[in-house]
Amino acid sequence: MMGHSDDPCAHCEEMMQPYLDHILSEAEKVEAEMHLDECDWCRRRYRFEESLRVYVRQAVSEPMPAALKQKLAALRIPLD
Amino acid sequence: MAEASDATRIAATARDRVRFEEEALALSDQVYRVARHIASSREDADELVQETYARAFRSWRSYQPGTNLRAWLLRILTNLNIDRGRRAQRTPPMQGLEANDYFLYDKLAESDGGLSDEDRVVERLSQDDIVSALSAVPHDFRDVIVLVDIGDFSYQDAAQILDIPIGTVMSRLHRGRRILKRELAESVLEEGS
Repeated sequence: MMGHSDDPCAHCEEMMQPYLDHILSEAEKVEAEMHLDECDWCRRRYRFEESLRVYVRQAVSEPMPAALKQKLAALRIPLD
Repeated sequence: MAEASDATRIAATARDRVRFEEEALALSDQVYRVARHIASSREDADELVQETYARAFRSWRSYQPGTNLRAWLLRILTNLNIDRGRRAQRTPPMQGLEANDYFLYDKLAESDGGLSDEDRVVERLSQDDIVSALSAVPHDFRDVIVLVDIGDFSYQDAAQILDIPIGTVMSRLHRGRRILKRELAESVLEEGS
């Protein structure tokens, strides 16, 4: 699915987001992992992107205010 | 006899409706988590979630049991958000900082002088940096990021919720993540200057 590049690190970068989204084919996944095994430069960047996603998700997740929860329950339609 | 079967039918409908309402309410934390960043403010998110549930409770019969209720609720929510007057925004031009996927990492690692633990580079970003960077992403892109990366919806669900092709979900996600990283990189640059 990816366009090939002569530079293995550039190719690895193209595969990074699809890799983290788990949408690479098995063959592409193996290819990415083989490169990551031997390339510290790419491996650091993959690890960073992976932790960034988790970090962003944690940072922006806000609990719902308790008052709103009560308001939603009050919107239920009473039984006849 | 007819009266008895009517009563049975009414009781079954009431039971279905109560079950629907309970299942919908059980998802409200997850709905809010997405709504909070689709809406422009906490107050808007609060109103939007209430309108969504009011409409869902009225229209419960149009929900098909066994399908994804969370996606169904979010579809109502995103439609209401558009009805509330959200207008299309101009797509920002691709700028130099977005040219590759690693610029944020490079920027953070560089500003750190390569001293800190590799796994902690991300912690140079504060929660405020992240919340304001996400809110700076134009909403067409932000909606997709919020649904997929924060709400855990699949590309397919996000496409149905937003009523856009799956290819558009993928391209907006790709672009939106880069815009988010550009915003984050800018906040790091501002703090460093």
